[in-house]
Amino acid sequence: MDLADLYRDVIVDHNRSPRNRGRLDGASRHAEGNNPLCGDRLQLDVDLAGDLIRDLRFEGCGCAISTASASLMSEAVKGRTRAEAAQLFSAVHGMLTGAPADAARLGKLAALAGVREFPARVKCASLAWHTLNAALAGDGAPVTTE
Amino acid sequence: MAAVRESALPLDLERIRADFPALSRRVNGHPLAYLDNAASAQQPAAVIDAVADYSRAHHANVHRGVHTLSQEATALYEGAREKVRRFVNAASLAEIVFVRGTTEAINLVAQSWGRPRLAAGDEIIVSHLEHHSNIVPWQLLAEQTGARIRVVPIDRRGVVDFQAYLGLLGPHTRLVALAQVSNALGTVLPIAEFVAAARARGAATVVDGAQAVPHLPVDVQAIGCDFYAFSAHKMYGPTGIGVLYAREALLAAMPPWQGGGDMILTVSFEGSTWNHLPHRFEAGTPNIGGAVGLGAAIDYLGGIGQARIAAHEQALLDYATAKLSGIPGLTLVGTAPHKSSLVSFTVEGVHPHDLGTVLDSRGVAVRTGHHCAMPVMEYFGVPATTRASFGLYNTRAEIDALRDALVDAIRMLR
Repeated sequence: MDLADLYRDVIVDHNRSPRNRGRLDGASRHAEGNNPLCGDRLQLDVDLAGDLIRDLRFEGCGCAISTASASLMSEAVKGRTRAEAAQLFSAVHGMLTGAPADAARLGKLAALAGVREFPARVKCASLAWHTLNAALAGDGAPVTTE
Repeated sequence: MAAVRESALPLDLERIRADFPALSRRVNGHPLAYLDNAASAQQPAAVIDAVADYSRAHHANVHRGVHTLSQEATALYEGAREKVRRFVNAASLAEIVFVRGTTEAINLVAQSWGRPRLAAGDEIIVSHLEHHSNIVPWQLLAEQTGARIRVVPIDRRGVVDFQAYLGLLGPHTRLVALAQVSNALGTVLPIAEFVAAARARGAATVVDGAQAVPHLPVDVQAIGCDFYAFSAHKMYGPTGIGVLYAREALLAAMPPWQGGGDMILTVSFEGSTWNHLPHRFEAGTPNIGGAVGLGAAIDYLGGIGQARIAAHEQALLDYATAKLSGIPGLTLVGTAPHKSSLVSFTVEGVHPHDLGTVLDSRGVAVRTGHHCAMPVMEYFGVPATTRASFGLYNTRAEIDALRDALVDAIRMLR
């Protein structure tokens, strides 16, 4: 178990200076995610124009892994279509659960590859993505990692 | 004065640590520093061996057979009950009910004592410090009966406000349920005073003793409570076994809460009659091995002496408080003048979950999260804390390891 593999520079940087943090006025979609085990809470606002994720912002409190994951996700899916976001989610999910990281598809998201060596932390990394799914599905019910 | 003399003798930590097989483990390349005792304590070989010996040689069902093994199992199980009775100084064996743990004990009181008695307008008092297991059973009871829950406030140190408590006690108070020691903050309540005030108003009292029994000598008659609940696994015994102490007069008037074998005298399709106390509340085959293990844990604590354990743990608490207070950005959560041996804290800019992972990589086991006390976290305005909780076998060197790992974690993550 190598901590440096979990807390890579990209993760530490995105935790210290999260991108797309805050609320989005006039967002068309919103979702809330909870990780009851560690008390992480995430609010996600999405400006969805047709199929296009025009903008998104997140707010909440969480550990370095969940904050960095939300930040990295926000960069990765901004300007993408729903279908592209869904493909990214499936690539991230695969990486977190043991598939070799598809660096070409994942880009900076590959920095989360070390999380799979820390099973207790996989939920931290996936919270943002589950919340995005809920926001895009538009059912408004809070999601939980449990 | 005997207790003072006894507590003056320091513990032989090297010998004590050798009693606990798990403590010799290495975790992630480091010697294990097990500082999560408030969640569950490690077991000494005496407990492990007692349970194994029961399983190997004496296992049979209790209270049933005329054969030798059944009689041996019954003697061991009932022998453990007598050890528990002495351990908490209950007046009678009829007052000691074996349950799965503290949670089940509290639910038993809520459903068997509370549900037939409480009605709309009645009030149940808890404190803001309670573990979820001393909140949710009362919420369920309140929903079932229309009773209302009142909450005694705490202050910024984590001290339960006794004056506010006296103000809440009134003609509608039927029940007061309080933790003797807070699992999240370590606050120790002057529980006998809280109980006496409730009794003076005619309210029944439930004490959650899960965090008290490993650290303090407990005397239920001196406390004066009606119910006292605790778990074996926090006092160096096995999981899945705990105790409800219940004053005999109350227990005798309570209906069974689970039906089945062992809790009846006679069964027919026209109706059944209930067994004597405490068996009326122990439906089904009990956790015999667990009870044997709890008995062995009580013997183990008695062999060392609870006053000596308390003195050692208070010294660890003082040492940890001083060591951790010197870390920049670290804030202790819970600074009551009378605390049991745990430190709960936050570190500015570093989430507890990340701290927990870094500490684990250094072999230091702590608890991170809300500690099943979300109202406490809410009061202090934090989503979670990191908690290091000490037991009789912990050392200053382990607290040094905690401190060093914390400093490294902060350097890495902030």
